Amino acid sequence: MDEQQLKLLRTPLYEWHATHGARMVDFAGWSMPVQYASIIDEHVATRNAVGMTDISHMGRLRFEGPGAAVFLAELLTRRVGDMREGQIRYSLVTNEQGGIMDDVLVGYYHNANGQPFYVVVVNASNRRKIVEWVHAHLPPERAERPGHEIVFTDVTRLWAMFAIQGPRSVELLQPLVDVELPWMRYYRGAQARILHPAAQRQGGIISRTGYTGEDGFELSVGATIAADVWNAIVELGRPLGLVPAGLGARDTLRLEAGMPLYSHELGETIDPFQAGLGFACHLTGYDFPGRDALRKIQQQPPARVRVGLEMSGRRVARQGARILAGTDTVGEITSGTFSPTLKKPIAMAYLRREYAEPGTVVSVDVRGRMEPARLVPLPFYRRNHKGA
Amino acid sequence: MNPDDLRYTETHEWVRIEKTPSGKLATVGITAFATELLTDLVHIDLPAVGAAVKAGQPFGEVESVKSVSDLNSPVEGEVVEVNDAITDQLETVSDDPFGEGWLIKVKLADDSALQKLMDRAAYEAQCREQEE
Repeated sequence: MDEQQLKLLRTPLYEWHATHGARMVDFAGWSMPVQYASIIDEHVATRNAVGMTDISHMGRLRFEGPGAAVFLAELLTRRVGDMREGQIRYSLVTNEQGGIMDDVLVGYYHNANGQPFYVVVVNASNRRKIVEWVHAHLPPERAERPGHEIVFTDVTRLWAMFAIQGPRSVELLQPLVDVELPWMRYYRGAQARILHPAAQRQGGIISRTGYTGEDGFELSVGATIAADVWNAIVELGRPLGLVPAGLGARDTLRLEAGMPLYSHELGETIDPFQAGLGFACHLTGYDFPGRDALRKIQQQPPARVRVGLEMSGRRVARQGARILAGTDTVGEITSGTFSPTLKKPIAMAYLRREYAEPGTVVSVDVRGRMEPARLVPLPFYRRNHKGA
Repeated sequence: MNPDDLRYTETHEWVRIEKTPSGKLATVGITAFATELLTDLVHIDLPAVGAAVKAGQPFGEVESVKSVSDLNSPVEGEVVEVNDAITDQLETVSDDPFGEGWLIKVKLADDSALQKLMDRAAYEAQCREQEE
């Protein structure tokens, strides 16, 4: 146990977590806080005020140089060439069979010299795999092709990243950055100056993105100033009801928002169409791995699709639980939890398409006992937009 | 903070034995350490009155946001009372695990299993080991 823990990677916030009551767990090879006091309290605070989560374990891959745009277009399922500065796009990496290797966010920015670069944010659990995949598609002769050079860097350990999520996140962060946050659109980002002595005049990247279903931001700062900036935000956030939130609350928040998680709803034997992510596949542009397979897959409606379930009882159906209609197994739970907002157990699952109609009632084998569940549309939770 | 007059299981249940005119009565619950580990309790599944429980065997389950755990009986016998008040009021289990948050009462059929249970000192030593 001890030896294994010695090998776990630590984010620049590790000491802070450890001294603030966090329960640390091994998450994809990183020692990460699953919760500080209560997952439910951290969840509710994020929905009602603002929560801050250390997501420095997420992989950050940087691509720059004149060949970067075409390289990424030939790697990712969605085009990147039409992106404007500050734009962020959800995309997938697929294998030759069209199976999902990872889901990623691609951001497009310009550096201080006006040179464009892309940041691809990958799942911590997939970082090594994707880095190897990039290298496999980026031999030196490709990276050094005159006029089309590509510089690829894994910057994960150089940059910390915090998710600051909740209805009070604009109010909390505005004094800290020189970007007009109320005007920043969803899925946009900007390089920002950080207006706090803790940042030692270093800049960062702030984007209106998240994994909670709330309004919110993700902020990247250099690893060396990360702890001081985190502390500054904690201080600024105290009067606003800011709480630090662990990965436990991050999971319940994303589940309520109907967002898929790799190794649960996504994997190499799952294609984007059954996952409901067809929007992230652009099949008529550049040829990326899996494009031709996806064109074939797209011809037929998927046999199994990703769905949402609400349990009638109080027992939680968790990953791996079988779904039955009569005596037939018709699907399997991929994620399940108790929803702090709805105050009942919810789950996502893959289910045979003919049973996927909202309102349908199925049985879930929860540790040997059948529990009724009802098909509901995703997401389980949708925030109220201002003025809507 | 763990009471002296209880016996404890490795899986964090406690039992209190009382002598009554009709035989030995065991009250069973989970420890403060268990509620601390679980946090955010969302559901408890308890047996019905009349059910038979066996030492070391599950008699129910306790569910938190993150996970579900079996409740293991420290004793063998018949369930004679179930604390229904807690099923809609799970905070009681976290707030007062050794008192109002008890789970079931069992009429003992056989008290040989009691020998295998830990006293407070042994239980606390086990908890310290788990924390490291």
